[in-house]
Amino acid sequence: MRLTIDSDKCQGHNRCYALAPELFDVDDYGSALVIGDGTVPPELVAKARLAIANCPEFAIAEAGD
Amino acid sequence: MSDKLDQGTTSLYGPVNDWATDFDHADPEYNPNAHEIWADLRATCPVAHSDRYGGTWLPVTHADVSRIAYDTENFSSRSVVVSTAEILAEAPIGGAPPISSDPPFHHHARRLLLPPFAPKQIDPWEHDVRALCHQLIDEMADTDVVDAAVQYAQHIPVNVIARMLGFPLEDADLFRGFVHDVLEGVNKAPGVREAAFERLDAYLERQIQDHIDNPREDLTSFLMNTTIFDQPLSPEHVRGSIVLLLLAGIDTTWSAIGSSIWHLASTPGDLARLGADPDLWPTAIEEFLRVYAPVTMARMVAKDHDFNGCPMKVDDWVLLPFPAANLDPAEFDRADEVLIDREVNRHSAFGLGIHRCLGSNLARLEVRVAVETFVERFPEFELADPGTVRWSVGQIRGPRELPVRVLRRA
Repeated sequence: MRLTIDSDKCQGHNRCYALAPELFDVDDYGSALVIGDGTVPPELVAKARLAIANCPEFAIAEAGD
Repeated sequence: MSDKLDQGTTSLYGPVNDWATDFDHADPEYNPNAHEIWADLRATCPVAHSDRYGGTWLPVTHADVSRIAYDTENFSSRSVVVSTAEILAEAPIGGAPPISSDPPFHHHARRLLLPPFAPKQIDPWEHDVRALCHQLIDEMADTDVVDAAVQYAQHIPVNVIARMLGFPLEDADLFRGFVHDVLEGVNKAPGVREAAFERLDAYLERQIQDHIDNPREDLTSFLMNTTIFDQPLSPEHVRGSIVLLLLAGIDTTWSAIGSSIWHLASTPGDLARLGADPDLWPTAIEEFLRVYAPVTMARMVAKDHDFNGCPMKVDDWVLLPFPAANLDPAEFDRADEVLIDREVNRHSAFGLGIHRCLGSNLARLEVRVAVETFVERFPEFELADPGTVRWSVGQIRGPRELPVRVLRRA
């Protein structure tokens, strides 16, 4: 599983970073970034899905979606 | 304070008889009964209209609120408080940038203010917020009944924003007076509102002068010294952004803290569960933000157009009740239930789209720490008397008087 963030959609709600700081970071403007290339280790797949499901702007997707 | 508050206490409008055709967000019956009113409208009239304030629309479904929030072509933010006052500030800047700004100016005004409110700038405030919460509880007399709004919630955001802006902490009552005038006094005669804005403006002039005379590092100095398009901000922009920072975080956050405590005071099962399982706090706080989202924003119609069969005209007001969107069963499973372990919770308490609450990281921090600390110090409490809870008036919804009986102290 690999995550991507649509930076045009992200408005900096910061839900993903709060839910899964292992997978997401935020920049100086509060916009979300995936850590590394967004690859999710198997033990964090559930957290990744939770982050996708809680983003108010639908800005996070699974690569290939 | 009496000369600052309630000059001209009379609303221009009478009581509401029909919420579908004559609603008034400043009617004292609206906020206490908002959940029932929105549920009724969702079933019978999902975009209500009222002739009050020169014509106002009230969409209550998640789909409509979200569609309007994203549509900056048809809906302008140049005024976001539905009131009797004349609209003086023009798009795209508006009176309190960036909340009152439209694209493309909005992007630039907002980008200036995003860094000071980004998570890594806000997180270090946690220690001070927690110390403040403990201090407020320490200062309460050892009485059975304490007011969780008057003695606690209302002080927390005011103290933090005054420190961030470099304003005197002892002016807290004054700030709450401004909030009351601007956000609760929306139905007073226009002259009364103008006088309130003049008092606010005069106060800000004094603070700005004080920053010129005594330079220091804070958000006020930052706004006075920063640039946009390689030029200093206009004095109107500086004042408008300070108004936004000063007023937008106060009664909103105070309302979210108060509503969360109100819920726990009314729901002993949830209070006991949080006491027994503190791991539930993150989902509980998001659920309180969903169900008791304090903020209804507003837009002005920018172009005549048909919206779901509603003939919207230029300069009509449109209320954007994010809390109503958060309670829409078409969007949320078991929408009308408060589930403190709800894991999937795509709520829009802080808005949607380009105007996402600039201070949401600070607000969330204050709400989490304030409610956790209250429960830590008072593991058991209940409403002293549901009849004595007083709710706010206007677009920001939360308890203004909240007497709770403390049953156990830590």
